[in-house]
Amino acid sequence: MSLRFALPLFAAGLMLAAGAHATEAQHIRASGAWIRVLPGDLPAGAYVTLENTGDQPASLHAARSPNYAEVMLHQSSSAGGVSRMAMVDELAIPAHGKAELGPGGYHLMLMKATAPVKVGDKIKLTLSFGDGSTLDADFVARPANATGAQP
Amino acid sequence: MLLMLAVGTVLLAGCHRDDDIQWQLTNVSGHMPDLDFQLVDDHGKQVSAQDYRGKVVLLYFGYTHCPDVCPLTLAQLHVVMQRLGPLADGARILFVSVDPARDTPEVMHAYVNAFDPRAVGLSGPAREIEALSKRYRSAFTREPDRADGQYEVSHSSAIYLFDGNGKARLLSTPSNTQDQMVHDLHLLLSLGARS
Repeated sequence: MSLRFALPLFAAGLMLAAGAHATEAQHIRASGAWIRVLPGDLPAGAYVTLENTGDQPASLHAARSPNYAEVMLHQSSSAGGVSRMAMVDELAIPAHGKAELGPGGYHLMLMKATAPVKVGDKIKLTLSFGDGSTLDADFVARPANATGAQP
Repeated sequence: MLLMLAVGTVLLAGCHRDDDIQWQLTNVSGHMPDLDFQLVDDHGKQVSAQDYRGKVVLLYFGYTHCPDVCPLTLAQLHVVMQRLGPLADGARILFVSVDPARDTPEVMHAYVNAFDPRAVGLSGPAREIEALSKRYRSAFTREPDRADGQYEVSHSSAIYLFDGNGKARLLSTPSNTQDQMVHDLHLLLSLGARS
């Protein structure tokens, strides 16, 4: 193989290697993260905007938190005048795109708080993606009648 | 005399206006039965629809273990009530549980008060709740238990609006905006104040 062909191949190999090392989580920016705190030990909804700055699609698969025994990825719908909630396996975050977890749509359901969560608390959630990579994000605890991340 | 005439005209207009009102929500006047139920409020007291006569009622079915849609709806209704200002005292949000097994008056009390002081949590025997739900052609279904023994309940997403006489007047669905709700409640509450 002449040098003329080897160099571009070498460069391509480097790029592939770099691509393989960058995880999905490294390209995800989390913003506007909040939790709607409900009285007692009722399950709470958690919301966040996930932005994918990478060239490859990513997908949110699960989440966990030291503050809750169980976290599930859910989707609400209101087709035919009926409100339903269903578990979902993953939420796609397109390359150079966004996925929104917001009230009335995709959300994380937090169950069995290990200690009471108070309004104003910052709760750490570890989000895990399709390739197994993870991202920690702080979710701010907001009152039950909040309509978004900001007061 | 002119003033009296003017006042008389306004009063007459007031009587007639009811039919001509341009509602922004779905008008169900005459198409749904009057508000009627026997349930238990969030203080553990037996209540009936009669106890809410004189108030504009916003009826919504839900349950407290619903972490997303029910709190979203109640939070939006709280914003609507705030936008109505002092007029909102003439209205009550009746949050009827479709999950009476888990929603005791104590749980309901803490829940509704986290949203709005004018919200009342109603629970009671399953057959009474089914009767009320059927009365408004609404339905709810307990979904299969998950591994942890918890479950979801699918339920109607509509909000039913009744005037101070317990007459069904309007229906709000998720496609309606907060502005439309505020607009119509303003009118409904003003009607109530006149009669």
